[in-house]
Amino acid sequence: MPTVAPLDLDGHCVAAVFLDNVPHFALADGAIHRLDNGHKTIQANDGLLSTFHDAANDRLITGGEDGKIFAVTAGGNVSELATAGKKWITSVAAGPQGAIAYATGKTAFVRFADGKTKEFAHPRSVEGLAFSPKGMRFGVARYNGATLHFPAAEGKPVELEWAGAHTGVTFSPDGAFLVTTMQENALHGWKLADGKHMRMTGYPGKVKSLSWSVKGKWLASSGAPAAIVWPFSGKDGPMGKAPLELGTRGNAMVTCVACHPSQDVAAIGYDDGMVMAVRFADAREVLLRRQGKGAITAMMWDREERRIAFGSAAGDCGVIDISA
Amino acid sequence: MSDAQTTQIPVTVLTGYLGAGKTTLLNRILSENHGKRYAVIVNEFGEIGIDNDLIVESDEEIYEMNNGCVCCTVRGDLIRVVEGLMRRPGRFDAIVVETTGLADPVPVAQTFFMDDDVRSKTKLDAVVALVDAKHLPLRLKDSKEAEDQIAFADVVVLNKTDLVTPEELAKVEATIRAINPAAKIHRTTRAGVALSEVLDRGAFDLSRALENDPHFLESHDHDHDHDHDHHDHDHHDHDGHDHHHHDHAHPSDIHDVTVQSVSLRGGEMDSKKFFPWIEKITQMEGPNILRLKGIIALKGDDERYVIQGVHMIIEGDHQRAWKDGEKHESRLVFIGRELDAERLKKSFEACQAA
Repeated sequence: MPTVAPLDLDGHCVAAVFLDNVPHFALADGAIHRLDNGHKTIQANDGLLSTFHDAANDRLITGGEDGKIFAVTAGGNVSELATAGKKWITSVAAGPQGAIAYATGKTAFVRFADGKTKEFAHPRSVEGLAFSPKGMRFGVARYNGATLHFPAAEGKPVELEWAGAHTGVTFSPDGAFLVTTMQENALHGWKLADGKHMRMTGYPGKVKSLSWSVKGKWLASSGAPAAIVWPFSGKDGPMGKAPLELGTRGNAMVTCVACHPSQDVAAIGYDDGMVMAVRFADAREVLLRRQGKGAITAMMWDREERRIAFGSAAGDCGVIDISA
Repeated sequence: MSDAQTTQIPVTVLTGYLGAGKTTLLNRILSENHGKRYAVIVNEFGEIGIDNDLIVESDEEIYEMNNGCVCCTVRGDLIRVVEGLMRRPGRFDAIVVETTGLADPVPVAQTFFMDDDVRSKTKLDAVVALVDAKHLPLRLKDSKEAEDQIAFADVVVLNKTDLVTPEELAKVEATIRAINPAAKIHRTTRAGVALSEVLDRGAFDLSRALENDPHFLESHDHDHDHDHDHHDHDHHDHDGHDHHHHDHAHPSDIHDVTVQSVSLRGGEMDSKKFFPWIEKITQMEGPNILRLKGIIALKGDDERYVIQGVHMIIEGDHQRAWKDGEKHESRLVFIGRELDAERLKKSFEACQAA
């Protein structure tokens, strides 16, 4: 039976991550809580808005209302990476070679590991940011499409057009596909080799959480009473194929998804605080956590594939141990 | 959408041209001792001389929804900022959104109806337009936005009245009234309106809407029905003279406006006719309708039914029981452009119960 070690905090949990295998919980007030031989807290931003887990460097990148970007590492170390004035940092991302990207208003910035910064102005707001897993390339979600930049080289960006407001962006782990979340209840995707479009629609709500399964074979998403899991193993992605619908519930919406690091299994979090693990092959469900106080907003598996750190909109966070 | 209903934070939208007094009013909202805390979303920090970490600068970002409807626009930046603010709701009691001088108020308002997340956490309280008494005539001549802001407002703060003569002031007020007969107008200097007149108005709250709206309840007065009365005159055909001459002695010789209002009155409505009608009108005429407000008497229903709308978005609900002796009458005001007043009137009247 899975067991849950609760951590009741006061406030909206923006990110729940393992840093050096220690669970960390980043709240909207900018406090970073961790369970490291007891409950410890450090302060990062004055108001946290955006986070990105930089797996390669085992750190959490945070952007806040204070216009600052921090890197949080295990043991309670917080270091300021950049500042962008008084404006809110709406999105952050980490890329190869220690590079990070952040956005405020219509401008995206890339900060390389050596501290040099490059600025990318856009005609419209930068809504989302993501680095490609291959090469020094990052994508910007924007109104009417996405823009690809190559920050290490001079040259024109690549524009990917699709009408509507695109609010978030992710690359597939092999770098072949770019997928955006939209203001409308849909995902949009591009096959980068030929620019082919992929429309992924039919959601009753906005998609706010995406997670790629091991080797990018599947893309799990929130925004429905089930986790909607699109097949990406074919060369044209999910086109012409139906997604899996996993962990369907009649009275709750999926708000967060996190794929298992090595198996085709996803942890699925709901708006009532419930968490389930569901296997793709046979849709078998295991209840991991019963209903709580708020919607699940963040989840992450640990490296040992034994624990899941989770956070909620109401602050009732915790760690699920599935091996116990 | 479920449990959040109880804790929806009220949002006041502040529109008005540069120099109309928005910053003065904002500074008062932020500094006066009214016991409430406000988060303020501005386009530029500009001249707000108050240090407050709940002033958020945001780039106006208008998004057309991808549903083929041109009037379905929202403010993308507001969706994001409101979401961020509402993650820490304990910090403030209400939100004020200040728009740029040239802003179209419609996408701002529609954000609070069209985005499910925003809608579940906040509610639009009122749209307040600041108007510079001295410069309004000029503004109306050179821009559509000044007119839209007035047409769309629930409250108009007619500011800088000390810079005009009483005659000019009367004329400006008549113009505002002509554009928007349903708004409440306050004459001020230095944006000196009681804050209770602009905050916590519940103008979009169906249970309160129109209740504190004396002009709406008044019978037709002379200065806002000229647009559609022309058509009535046709039927009377008294002398066939050119109707355009009506304008010469009218307050609206500064009325450089394309917005019109159509005020309709009728008896008890047949719900089987009225609801399909209002649905159809808002679907077909939605792009031309800026605002609509109404109190409807439905036959066989002992409660007043109130409706309000923005473009194609329409909401209605029972408000309260008719009082003893209160006349069961239906009233509906459309504010918009290119409205066919005669057709609206006829089709509205056709919905009356037999």
